[in-house]
Amino acid sequence: MLITSAVRSTHYPANMHLEVAQLHKQFDTPQGPLIALQDINLHVETGEFVCAVGASGSGKSTLLRLVAGLEMPTTGEITVDGQPVIGPGIDRGMVFQSYTLYPWMTVQENVEFGLKLQGIAARQRREEASRYLDVVGLAQFARSLPKELSGGMKQRVAIARALANHPKILLMDEPFGALDVQTKETMQEFLLELWARLGISILMITHDVSEAVFLSERIYVMSARPGTIQREVNIDLGRDRAYAIRRTPEFYHHCETIMDLLRGTATAPLPA
Amino acid sequence: MTVVSPSSTGSASSQSTQSLKPTVFWRIAADIPQSLKWALMALSVLVPLLLWWGLSSTGWVDAKFLPTPGMVVNALVVLWQDGYLLGDTLSSFLRVSGGFMLAALVAIPLGIGMGAFASVRSLLEPLVGIVRYMPAPAFIPLLIIYLGLGEEPKVALIFIGTVFFNTLMIMDAVKFVPKELIETTYTLGGDRRQVLLQVITPYVIPSIFDTLRVNMAASWNLVIVAELVAADSGLGKRIAISQKFFQTDDIFACLIVLGLIGFMLDLSLQAAMRMTCKWAVK
Ligand SMILES: Nc1ncnc2c1ncn2[C@@H]1O[C@H](COP(=O)(O)OP(=O)(O)OP(=O)(O)O)[C@@H](O)[C@H]1O
Ligand SMILES: [Mg+2]
Repeated sequence: MLITSAVRSTHYPANMHLEVAQLHKQFDTPQGPLIALQDINLHVETGEFVCAVGASGSGKSTLLRLVAGLEMPTTGEITVDGQPVIGPGIDRGMVFQSYTLYPWMTVQENVEFGLKLQGIAARQRREEASRYLDVVGLAQFARSLPKELSGGMKQRVAIARALANHPKILLMDEPFGALDVQTKETMQEFLLELWARLGISILMITHDVSEAVFLSERIYVMSARPGTIQREVNIDLGRDRAYAIRRTPEFYHHCETIMDLLRGTATAPLPA
Repeated sequence: MTVVSPSSTGSASSQSTQSLKPTVFWRIAADIPQSLKWALMALSVLVPLLLWWGLSSTGWVDAKFLPTPGMVVNALVVLWQDGYLLGDTLSSFLRVSGGFMLAALVAIPLGIGMGAFASVRSLLEPLVGIVRYMPAPAFIPLLIIYLGLGEEPKVALIFIGTVFFNTLMIMDAVKFVPKELIETTYTLGGDRRQVLLQVITPYVIPSIFDTLRVNMAASWNLVIVAELVAADSGLGKRIAISQKFFQTDDIFACLIVLGLIGFMLDLSLQAAMRMTCKWAVK
């Protein structure tokens, strides 16, 4: 697992700047127009780990899909290094909450697939994929089929697959949302370590406040109906974090602050 | 645990607590023991066979109408020795293969295209939807007028009778490709062509096998219909001739051959799928 200052220096760009400016997104539904996102401004800088948290329906997934280019804004602009986002591209890697490995491909083939799509020669593909399987600690499962893997392992493969494309930024939509608590914690530490080692920029969506505080340096707290960013919170817990940090007063404090923000806008409890 | 909930303090209500009774035979969506499975499967063939044997050899039913199993085996042997069995089976088989393969060749790309592109679907679905309800045998007279009495009208009939179902079933399978699998491919740098050929197509291959299995049965139906109407060889033709000479034993022999061939083709398609799509096998 001792990569890879090589990976880091050669592949991840020294500078990356994601900018979301004055973003609005409206869906036309049978019930009329639905404003999913309003007035969204955010940015992610080189090597940053940024989270967006919010209640269900606050437009988190929509936001990430817009950044990924899978959806087009109604108004506003998204740029990566000054280039407007006009569709999906390999500079923005994506990891979904649902397991999105290609079920007929082995783990190795899954990780190679992005490189294959770009027409990279088989040998180079294999080497690159093996390197990233090493990075995520799954080298011995290279020949397994996705159905033979646990949920956490599947997400690791999905991360390796996204990374093998050398994206400028990794977008993650509740990547650990479907995992059990223990696996989730393991994966969080794994992701932190990966981030620190590779120096990659990450924009992650979650509704788990402690996950966001544990992982990120900055958090955008969103509110629902319409989806807006109500606050940006800096998490000054340093870059080297271990599980123990969750027991510190600072950690609690951050969590409480964000929970209060979310409670303030959460819909009232249903009448009994 | 002797917790008494406030609502069930009365002895009557605690006695009336019912739980699902255990069962082996009637388990829903669960497996049964292997031994039971094989026993039941043997029964499924043996009981009708015994019934047949009983009815025919006790003289309950006139052997002219219901030949005994022995007579049918005999008929099979004679048909084989005369070379009819092999010749007729081969004729029917070749017609089925021709029509079925042509239909698959057209239906697979068409079905994938219709499933993937709403535009192609809008363009073709009304047409396919209407034509598929025209019973294929109704085309026989036209086909004979257009194509004569040779192999072409029979192959064409099988084609017409299966291509539309094939197409619609494959189209439906494409709708089940998870949207996120397609979107993942875009974010990995794939273009639409690559999504179509390298993601959607492999994903629906198991469903294509299932579709082909269903339509294989339909193909055999149609070839027999075509041969009953006009042919100089084939199992359907053999049945028609046997009817003329009141040889019910020959008819039974042909029916059994048809059943066995269909069953074997189905098994081989299943085996082919298990071999090519290990990932989709439970
Ligand atoms: N394609 C679409 N068409 C219409 N409405 C949509 C579409 N996508 C999302 N929405 C609506 O936009 C709103 C925001 O959805 P989104 O999935 O982004 O929320 P979310 O914050 O990710 O929620 P969750 O935590 O449940 O994943 C919801 O009200 C949703 O119903
Ligand atoms: Mg979501």
